[in-house]
Amino acid sequence: MKYWREPLDRGRCEVPKGKVTIIDKRCKGCRFCVEFCPRKVLEVSKGFNEKGYHPPEIARPDDCIACGFCELVCPDFAIFVDQQASCPPPAAKAPKTQEVGAH
Amino acid sequence: MTEGHDEHDLQHHNGSSSVHRDRSGTVALHERHHRETGEHPLDHLLRPGRIPHIWCTGCGLGVVLTAYLNGIQKAGVDLDKVAIVSGIGCTGRIAGYINLDSFHTTHGRALPFATGLKLANPELKVSVISGDGDLFAIGGNHLIHAARRNVDMLVLCVNNFNYGMTGGQVAPTTPVTARTQTSPYGCWEHPFNLPYVAAASGAVYVARWTVLHARRLVESVAEAVRHPGFSFIEVISQCPTNFDRPNKGGEGIDLMHFYEKKTVVKNGIDPKEADIGLYTPIVCGKFVDQSKPTYDSCYTNMCTMARGGKK
Repeated sequence: MKYWREPLDRGRCEVPKGKVTIIDKRCKGCRFCVEFCPRKVLEVSKGFNEKGYHPPEIARPDDCIACGFCELVCPDFAIFVDQQASCPPPAAKAPKTQEVGAH
Repeated sequence: MTEGHDEHDLQHHNGSSSVHRDRSGTVALHERHHRETGEHPLDHLLRPGRIPHIWCTGCGLGVVLTAYLNGIQKAGVDLDKVAIVSGIGCTGRIAGYINLDSFHTTHGRALPFATGLKLANPELKVSVISGDGDLFAIGGNHLIHAARRNVDMLVLCVNNFNYGMTGGQVAPTTPVTARTQTSPYGCWEHPFNLPYVAAASGAVYVARWTVLHARRLVESVAEAVRHPGFSFIEVISQCPTNFDRPNKGGEGIDLMHFYEKKTVVKNGIDPKEADIGLYTPIVCGKFVDQSKPTYDSCYTNMCTMARGGKK
């Protein structure tokens, strides 16, 4: 994800992780979840559901941050997100941000 | 054997129903259960077997329903004391989908019914969810008087700028120059500015959001349910089948992108400045938040006074 500027507490924040579940048979193919996902986790699938719509598919499951906007914006109760264990803060992997903070 | 089976069924039924009845404390439990079984976390608040609903692809009404259900849970009120009243129209169908006490009234009469409900049983949390045609055309008079009396209820008005269910005729909210079934050359009437009407009539909480502002709408519903007095929330929704097609507004998703780009959030402004034209920028926000004695408290005080101070 591109940042307009680096958030000051980025090194200390844990990023939540989500697991998206799609109830295919309820989907009416409006694409709200696909277009308004802030991390672009979903894509429109090539396959059809039983009503003849293209339901979304999870293209990048690791990118989900469990914001839950897809669940809120779905008009058909066809998608929901479970929050999983959070990822460790990026600082643990890249101590560079801490060095920058120390200056 | 049969008896045992019946008894088991009955027990099972009673068991699940008691869980349903005790909704206030078990909402989180329900959600977890649903998530574990792969069902939607709001399924316990939807009438079984009624989903999929009848609304078109790209319609915003499903989002309003989701936001309302989330908001009412967030408000922390006892769900056994919540009553939902709706009138006629696409939005009026909402009462039939919610698995709480709900009533689907005749056209335009949702507010008188809800007022009676509140007066007869003041501990109920009454919500009226209806469309612009139902609340401001045939029910316009009821709305201004319910707001004037400050009856303690939440009114969630979904504005899609036309009479969607009957094929897209001109409504009191249709913007000037919009084409509809009954204005093929463009509408020439001045529309209502709904938050302005509600605020001028005496509503104590007035807000407007679009269906894209789902998260703010949830917050607003939770806030308005707890707010004593007449709370009014207008939700701008697209009608891709009957309004946006003749006006070349595109599909549901195009309208959502329009809301994303052209909405301005201005909290606390005079609702007079929140007029809406055809695909012009929409001013959203919480416009009015004040407190005033409610109708039932005034009525109770008056009764006490008339009895010479005795309760």
